[in-house]
Amino acid sequence: MKNFKLSHYLNYIVIAIVGIVFTLLSFTGNVKSLYLLMLENILIAVLLSVSLSIVVGFLGELSLGHAGFMCVGAYLGGKASVLLEGVLGNTLINVIVSMLIGGIIAAIFGAIIGLPALRLRGDYLAIVTLAFGEIVRSIFMNSSKTSFGGSFGLSTPRYDKDYLFIVGFVVVLICLAVVQNMMRSKHGRAITAIRDSEIAAKATGINVTKYKLIVFTVSSFFAGVAGVLYSFTQYNVQSTNFSYNYSIEILVMVVLGGMGSINGSIIAATLITFLDVKLQTVLTGDLAVLQDFLYAIILIVIVIYNNAPGLKNFREGYNLNVLFDKISSRKNNPANIQDDEASWHRVPSKIQIDEVLSTKIQRDPTASIKPDKEGK
Amino acid sequence: MSNTVLKIENLGITFGGLKAVQHLNLEIKEKQLYGLVGPNGAGKTTVFNMLTGVYKPTEGKFFLNGENLTGKGQEFINHKGIARTFQNIRLFNNMTVIRNVLVGLHYQPEFKCGFFTSMFRLPRHFKVEKAMRERAKEILRIVGLEEERNILSCNLPYGKQRKLEIARALATNPKLLLLDEPAAGMNPQETAELMDIVRHIRDEYNITILLIEHDMKFVSGLCDEVTVLNFGTVLAQGNTKEALNDPEVIKAYIGE
Repeated sequence: MKNFKLSHYLNYIVIAIVGIVFTLLSFTGNVKSLYLLMLENILIAVLLSVSLSIVVGFLGELSLGHAGFMCVGAYLGGKASVLLEGVLGNTLINVIVSMLIGGIIAAIFGAIIGLPALRLRGDYLAIVTLAFGEIVRSIFMNSSKTSFGGSFGLSTPRYDKDYLFIVGFVVVLICLAVVQNMMRSKHGRAITAIRDSEIAAKATGINVTKYKLIVFTVSSFFAGVAGVLYSFTQYNVQSTNFSYNYSIEILVMVVLGGMGSINGSIIAATLITFLDVKLQTVLTGDLAVLQDFLYAIILIVIVIYNNAPGLKNFREGYNLNVLFDKISSRKNNPANIQDDEASWHRVPSKIQIDEVLSTKIQRDPTASIKPDKEGK
Repeated sequence: MSNTVLKIENLGITFGGLKAVQHLNLEIKEKQLYGLVGPNGAGKTTVFNMLTGVYKPTEGKFFLNGENLTGKGQEFINHKGIARTFQNIRLFNNMTVIRNVLVGLHYQPEFKCGFFTSMFRLPRHFKVEKAMRERAKEILRIVGLEEERNILSCNLPYGKQRKLEIARALATNPKLLLLDEPAAGMNPQETAELMDIVRHIRDEYNITILLIEHDMKFVSGLCDEVTVLNFGTVLAQGNTKEALNDPEVIKAYIGE
């Protein structure tokens, strides 16, 4: 391929390598089941944050109901797997089919929620989605014991943990491919145009209705799939787990990863879930009260580190980008970055707009004028 | 002259009790440069908003090439061939200059590329992307922004942002281009340059242009006909020189 750029596919490669390493380790029996559970939680969090990042980061709408879509997926996908258990002989097919069912039903709900999103904006949409999440949760909580288990929770088939996380890795890769290919096409461009200025997007002929619906549908589909995966890892789906706290936790991952950055969301989801599980296992007994406290403190420190103006020089002098630049000794030319479709994350989003004035993008405007290289 | 592109019949809109625009009649011929002038608050931008579907007119109709577009949606009107720029610049600020133009090219039939074609990265996706880039560069060349195509649009100087808005509107391949104060905030040299660009656009692409402008030099240098609005009503209409020298018009601008 002529235009092949390794950096476009780096995140797939990293995730695939991590997946293969863990698969090998688990088959040779070197991974404790505790870590496998943590890995599954991380994969679910990655799915959720990547799918939410297209709504919040790229479309620019605030959705607080992501746990609600996950809840729909978890209950309906879980129920489907219970019903299908005797019907479909193969476990793998059962898992895949129930994931599709959970995802598709969540996607339908996503489209329904997407419809008011065409009229509401900002805080109002956030309230509607928040209400949706709570409604879904309470419906499942009050269901009868025979349908969705009500307050006892829905028991799902116990699949082998050694294989489940491999399914998780594959789903994450698929989700990443879908989201990334969507955002790096003309359709992704239209979606970011809506975020930047809806009026101008309409005047430029972008079908805002269509794209908002697409984004909500795709986003909730993957949230539903994550929910099904969750129901398999937990064996028992409890509606209390899907409270709005969880939606906000997903939102925190997206915001910390940087709005409009898929890779950032993946990293933030991994770190936060790791931190969460680690705190729960390390601080036991009397120290358990410190779990939430430390978690909150660490989040605050991360946010301050990311945004405090006083730490700006430190951040820009010592970060991974600088490190990579040193290793690969490449020229840090903003022009190279900005025409590169994979580097959406270096283009600042609305949230960081005041920071734009001082980041490297404007540091040397003449450097961005470079000879024609693309279209020869 | 040739056939009529835009025909406005008795167009009017009221907001509550306020009659923002009333009894507006206009006829613009093909390849004409038409001016819409008037003091602040005269309703010029309101006319633009009605023509692009932002507001639904409460009375009257308008036709583009004989097709009634009154009260249609913004996207629909744009696809039919009316593009506009904004008085307060509304670019896609977090996107590079070339991306802004690429968004404008989104709905061109020759760059049609389905959602799943892009998703599965079929050969058509790459072909279309490449062709779109070529076309976008061509459009940027016209307004003289080709060199700056890879910088963020919010980092452009004011005058260039205005030009980029024109480029983006041009990318939607309009029959009628509405320019809302294109020369605002430009120095005399830039204004002269802009006049050349506007003429060039009209000649090269056979586009009819309706523009709002306060710079009378700009208007009289470009437009052969104008409509003067004041408090939502037509004060004078016709040949630019005559209309601008009308005593009523001078009174509206400078007072008695």
